[in-house]
Amino acid sequence: MKIARVIRFIPYFIVFCVLPSSSRAQVTSERLLHSSKEPQNWLMYSGDYAGHRFSALDQINVSNAATLVPKWVYQTMAGGKFETTPLVVDGILYGTGQDDRVYALDARSGRPIWQYQQTLPVDIRPCCGRVNRGVAILGDKIFVATLDAHVVALDSKTGNVVWDATAAEHAKGYSFTLAPLVIKNLVLVGVSGGEYGIRGFIDAYDAATGARKWRFYTIPGPGEPGHDSWEGDSWKIGGSPSWITGTYDPATNTTFWTTGNPSPSNRGEGRAGDNLYSNSLLALDPDTGKLKWYFQFTQHDEHDYDATQVPVMIDDGDRKWMAQANRNGFFYVVDRTNGKLISATSYAKVSWSTSKDATGRPVPDKAGAPTPDGNRVCPGALGATNWMSPTYDPQTKLFYVTAREQCDIFSTAPQPYEAGHAYYGSAYFPNDDTQPFWGALRALDPATSKLKWEWKHTSPTWAGVLSTAGGLVFTGDAEGNFIALEAASGKVLWHFQCGASVFSSPMSFAIDGKQYVAVAAGSALFAFALP
Amino acid sequence: MFESRRDIFSKLRRNRQKARAIAARIIVLALLCAGGLRLPAQEKNPYAGDAKMAKLGEYQFRSNCAFCHGLGARGGGRGPDLTRAQKHHGNTDAELFHNVHDGIAGTAMPAATNGGIGVGMSDEEIWQVITYIRSLEKKTSAAETGNSAHGKELFYGVAGCGTCHMVNGKGGRLGPDLSSTGASRSIEYLTESLRNPSKRLAEGISEPLKDFSQEYETVTVVTSEGTKLQGVVLNEDSFTVQMLDTREQLHAFEKAKLRSYEKTRESLMPTYDTKALPEKDLKDLIAFLLAASEKGGGQ
Repeated sequence: MKIARVIRFIPYFIVFCVLPSSSRAQVTSERLLHSSKEPQNWLMYSGDYAGHRFSALDQINVSNAATLVPKWVYQTMAGGKFETTPLVVDGILYGTGQDDRVYALDARSGRPIWQYQQTLPVDIRPCCGRVNRGVAILGDKIFVATLDAHVVALDSKTGNVVWDATAAEHAKGYSFTLAPLVIKNLVLVGVSGGEYGIRGFIDAYDAATGARKWRFYTIPGPGEPGHDSWEGDSWKIGGSPSWITGTYDPATNTTFWTTGNPSPSNRGEGRAGDNLYSNSLLALDPDTGKLKWYFQFTQHDEHDYDATQVPVMIDDGDRKWMAQANRNGFFYVVDRTNGKLISATSYAKVSWSTSKDATGRPVPDKAGAPTPDGNRVCPGALGATNWMSPTYDPQTKLFYVTAREQCDIFSTAPQPYEAGHAYYGSAYFPNDDTQPFWGALRALDPATSKLKWEWKHTSPTWAGVLSTAGGLVFTGDAEGNFIALEAASGKVLWHFQCGASVFSSPMSFAIDGKQYVAVAAGSALFAFALP
Repeated sequence: MFESRRDIFSKLRRNRQKARAIAARIIVLALLCAGGLRLPAQEKNPYAGDAKMAKLGEYQFRSNCAFCHGLGARGGGRGPDLTRAQKHHGNTDAELFHNVHDGIAGTAMPAATNGGIGVGMSDEEIWQVITYIRSLEKKTSAAETGNSAHGKELFYGVAGCGTCHMVNGKGGRLGPDLSSTGASRSIEYLTESLRNPSKRLAEGISEPLKDFSQEYETVTVVTSEGTKLQGVVLNEDSFTVQMLDTREQLHAFEKAKLRSYEKTRESLMPTYDTKALPEKDLKDLIAFLLAASEKGGGQ
């Protein structure tokens, strides 16, 4: 009698259990807007639209981080740098790998559900490795931007191609390496190719159809404001790529994107002027791609100081900031409502600029320009930081960044432009300093730009930083360690040797109430949790 | 209606004949390519002695090679001095071309990619670089430098070099293997390394590629039991160190468990000033290193 009653209720139970989970399987743009309400998931490249790379999960915390253990490892079985930040949505992990691999894993076990790989032509022109940094998600589609300059939508359940849009000619040096950013029903991407004399752009595609909705050229064409910041026809091959994922402020409906070096990267001759909008922060209307304002970090750059670091939105009372620790060695705080500079303070060794203009913006010294015989300049060509993500921890109110202390000798040589051929007009090489290069994880106070603490790495690293509500920051090093530190003090609490350099930014997620921290190192994706 | 078997066979035969003729043409073409085109492209420098090409090669060198081989090809941390006429991995045009085009297995020398980043040169650009390198080359023979036989006596005798350095399989392990150093470094560099060893610590360029840089830094540790050990760092990270002590024993430690850990860039190698090593003896020692590398380095 009792059992029969239970059996009678089973269909209702099934309906109750299945309904909420199937509705959750759809990632709506509404869910993306309120990602902080579901800290168990990691819904976009930086974790949220603000670019904080902060996890509100606190199960792993200062008191127990020392007991962390690896729970599973997923191998891509591919060579080259593995730069992905995976997404996790309701127990499924979506990541990318070398040579435009894409995969869905059971986030509890690391077991693959599906795998996809873009068929790449032989004449692609990736500048710096056959890398990809991750996917974006909306509805039941996963979006990946590929090395052959395509934007591809995959079915999130099968990995099958839903649409495939060609953005540009890969053979001319155009490629994608970044994780796309979904805003409303649009998929936003920025192009790579600053080493090939491309004309940079940011694109938006209709998530449903793959139709391109708008394109913003990061170099103004004839008749547009800023076009006169280029000499002659140099604007056509002036670079200014936009190869790191942007952020989004729903309050003002503004998306923030950053741009990289003017081409050729280490030779200013032939492109006299500020070279807008290279090395800039761009505030765009995500619906139309129209420019609201811009702030240029490095004018007429000759040292490859891409501003392609995630622009981080920080609110301090009524003040709306955009903070960026730039590759050029300065930590910038900009008013993100109007693009006005608030402060620019060096956070690493800087020698390219010793003066500031009336607005407080550092300006390049003539003496720092590359010469035929070489000129020693700090930061070096790889920058005081690079694409690896910083993090902002709203609990400590600190901004954490991977800093690289490396000066280089910049030399220059004339180089004619040839489509699809590397175009940097020069080279850099290590300086003669007796001290080797080194690196550090630095905690900066955005209110004062002062250094709160630093943890010295043995050598400069390419790992980004994650902060969590457990009072922790996670980062990696070039020697292969994945490290947990106390966010307030910089004290190391735990480390794990992954067996190869960490070239990625970590993230965190939870399943069934258990928190994980994941990071890519070598050719493997590691997931750590408490025992 | 249906084609007869015969028809089909004759058609097949005709097609086969046609296919054979095409195949023969392809083979002839391939042979022509291999024999007629490939040889001049990869065996002999078409720009030999052309000063204009050497200048273009200098630009190419800066963009593609100077990162490791230094400005003016005088050698960098990782790459050998290329102004030396005697090169460890071959001296002919064909060998130089092959080394740039295909890289050198077991070393940090990468293969060229046409138009890519790193060593992104086409065949023509590689020949321009070779033309440039040829324009810089200086012949340095052991016989003209000093008495290599006496240098060898010094090396394994009173100068004590062989205690820490190996040449062609004979010697110690604490310092860099010097078998190919004579072909990789200038006389000035070798002199400086003897007279002032701490000025620039050696990076293991003569060794097979490592994905970490070894710089022969001096390390002194006191273990948890109180044992003091001194030696060179083989590798280290923020938490561990792997070292070879002065008795050539390998050790690996967790830094946190050591009583003390001290690393300096003061080389363990003694300074050979003119009192310890008069100018003539220094030249003889260098002559020995040159002679050792002339014989083919590691063999």
